[in-house]
Amino acid sequence: MDLLEYQGKGLFAAHDVPVPDGRHATTVDDAVAAANEIGYPCVVKAQVAIGKRGKAGGIKVAKDEAEARAHAEAILGMDIRGFQVHDLWIETASEIAAEYYASIVLDRSEKKLLAMLSRMGGMDVEEVVETDPEALVRRHVAPGRDLTVDEAREIAIDAGIDEDVTDQVAELLVKLAQVAVVEDATLLEVNPLIVTGDRRVVALDSKATIDNNALFRHPELAELTDRSSEDPQEAMAKQRGLTYVKLGGEIGILGNGAGLCMSTLDVVAQAGGRPANFLDAGGGSKADAIVAALEVITSDPNVTAILFNIFGGITRCDEIANGIIEASERIDIDVPLVVRLDGTNSEEGLGILAEAELGNLHVEQTMLGAAETVVGLAGEGR
Amino acid sequence: MSIIVDGQTKLVVSGLTGREGSFHGLRNRAYGTDLVAGVTPGKGGQDVEGVPVFDAIREAVAERDANTSMIFVPARFAAAAIEEAIEAGVETVIAITEGIPVLDMLRVYWRAQEAGVRLIGPNCPGVLSPGKANVGIIPAQFFDSGSIGVVSKSGTLTYQIGNELKQAGMGNSSIVGIGGDPIVGSDFIDVLAMFEADEETEGIVMVGEIGGDAEERAADFIAESVSKPVVAYIAGFTAPPGKQMGHAGAIISGSEGTAEAKKQALEARGVRVGRSPTETAQLAVGAMRAL
Repeated sequence: MDLLEYQGKGLFAAHDVPVPDGRHATTVDDAVAAANEIGYPCVVKAQVAIGKRGKAGGIKVAKDEAEARAHAEAILGMDIRGFQVHDLWIETASEIAAEYYASIVLDRSEKKLLAMLSRMGGMDVEEVVETDPEALVRRHVAPGRDLTVDEAREIAIDAGIDEDVTDQVAELLVKLAQVAVVEDATLLEVNPLIVTGDRRVVALDSKATIDNNALFRHPELAELTDRSSEDPQEAMAKQRGLTYVKLGGEIGILGNGAGLCMSTLDVVAQAGGRPANFLDAGGGSKADAIVAALEVITSDPNVTAILFNIFGGITRCDEIANGIIEASERIDIDVPLVVRLDGTNSEEGLGILAEAELGNLHVEQTMLGAAETVVGLAGEGR
Repeated sequence: MSIIVDGQTKLVVSGLTGREGSFHGLRNRAYGTDLVAGVTPGKGGQDVEGVPVFDAIREAVAERDANTSMIFVPARFAAAAIEEAIEAGVETVIAITEGIPVLDMLRVYWRAQEAGVRLIGPNCPGVLSPGKANVGIIPAQFFDSGSIGVVSKSGTLTYQIGNELKQAGMGNSSIVGIGGDPIVGSDFIDVLAMFEADEETEGIVMVGEIGGDAEERAADFIAESVSKPVVAYIAGFTAPPGKQMGHAGAIISGSEGTAEAKKQALEARGVRVGRSPTETAQLAVGAMRAL
C-alpha cells in the first residue's frame, strides 16, 4: 500500500526523521484551527496519491487565517488528475536553502535494499538520471545488516551534499534505511529533502510503499486509508477478500490464478475488447467466492458482458459450474456471461451448465473462442 | 533425468498436520513422491496417515534422511520455517506459502545462498517431474513425461500450457513454478541453467509476467548460455502501471517491467514469444518437431 504524504511523515516522525510541524485536517474549520495552532506562514497541501500536486493548485501558502480558510476551501474536494481531495495537511512553511533527493528502495534484481541520494532534489529521479546521471549516487545495503553512518557519509560526500550538512544527511539516510526494515517499506522517498535557512535537514515530502504482506505486523498502518484513490468496486472487492483491479473497459473478467487472469485480459484485448477489471477468484473458488465476484463485477455500470475463464487444477470445474448457477439464482445478472471451463472435472462442469439452461449463458471450449464471443456480445450490449 | 525433484527425493513437509499441507502432502505421496516426514512444532510423535511427524526439520533429516523440504505453513511463520530447513541441512527447499513479507524473503534468500541450499518459491505451485515425483500443488494429470522443461511464474497458466502440450502428444522433463513474488529463491536464469545441463530436456518453455527484470536478464542468459530451443509467453500486456495484478511481483513501476519490454528483449535474443498460451504451446510443439 502507498501512504499519503501526511501518513508517511507520521511514520518518519515516529522514527525521529525530521519533518516540518504539521496537522492533518478533513474539514475547512479543522484546517483553519490547525493553521492557527501552527502559526503563519503555513502551507495547505492536498493529500492525494499522485505527484505534481503543486502545479495542479493543490499546494498553497497561507499568510493569515483568511488565506488559510480560502485555500482549504479551494483545495478540499478538488479533483487532481482523477484523485479527489478528502484530506489536507497543514504544515509550517519552510525556508529552503537547498533541495536534495533521498530514497531507500527494494532492488528486486540485486535482492538488496538500495540507498539513493542526489543533490538535485525537487524533480523526478528519472529526470535527474536523464539530465545528469552522475548526480545520483546509488549504493546497496549489505544483506543482513544496517546501513552504517560511515557508508551513509560516503554516499553524502559522493553526492556533493553541502559540507556543513553532510552529517545530518548521512544520519537521515541511516534512519531512513532503518525505517524501511522496521516498517516493511519497499520504497521510502524524500523529495525534496531540504536544507532550511538555519541549516537544518528536513524531509519536506514523503512517499512510502508498505509491503501488503507485512501489514499483519503493522496494525496501525493497516488501518490507514486513502479515500482519494478508492474506487467503489475496489472497495467492495476488498471487503469481500477478492483481488480486484479496475481497468475501465466494458468486459468484466473473472479468472482463477493471477497469471491466467492477466493472460485472459491480454487475449480479450487482442480480440478487440476492453477489459473492465482484473479479478482473480483464487485457488478454492467455491460458490460463495463466485457469488461475491459476480456481485462486484456486475456493480460496475460500464460492464456489458462477462467472461469466466477457469482452468481447474485444484479447483474443480463442477464446483465452479454449481457456483455460477447459485450466483444466477442469488443475484440479478442482466448481461451475457461467457464461460470457458477446462481442466479438472471440466466435462462434469459443462454438463451441469448445459442442464441448467441459463438464458444469458454462452459456453466456449477455448480461451480464444471465449474472448471473441465475449467481445462480440459486449459490442451488442452497448 | 529431470531437475530438482525425482526418485531420489525424500520429502519432509512443514505444516503436514494442517488442512492444505496434509491434502497436498498426501497427494504428492499418492503420486509416488517419497514422503518421509512431516514437521509441526508441538506435534512430534504423531503421524499423518502413517507419515511420522516431528517437532523440528532437523529431526526429520537425522531420522528419516529427508533431503527436500516443502513449506506449507502460514505466511507469518513461513520465513522462519524456511530458515529452519536451511539450517537442518536439506538440499532443496520448496516454499508454497503465499504472502510472505518481502523483507523476510530478502533475509532468507541470502541465508539460502550462503548455505548453498536451492530455494524454490515462495508463492509457487512447486515442482513436478512427471512419472518421478511431485512436490507441491501442480495437478499432475495435465502433464506427461517427456523432453520439454517448463519454468513459470504462474500456476494456472502453466497447467493450461502443459495441458495443450499433452494434447499435442508432448511431455515434460520437469515443470518448475518459481513463483510470482518480487523476491524468489530461484529465478528463470537458475532454472534455465539446470534445464540446459539436464540430458533429458531438449526444449524449454518459459512463462513470465509483468514486473521486475527477470525475463530481460533471462533473455541475455539464453543468448549466451542456452543451446536448447526456448519458447516464451508473457502475461500482462494490458496491465496499467502502478497496479498490483494479483501476484505481489506483478506491478509495473516506471518504465521497467512491462510485458512489451520483456517480449522485445526475448525476441531480440531469438526467443519466440507466443501471443496466447495456445500459440505458445504450438510454438513449442513446432520447435520440438524441428529438432
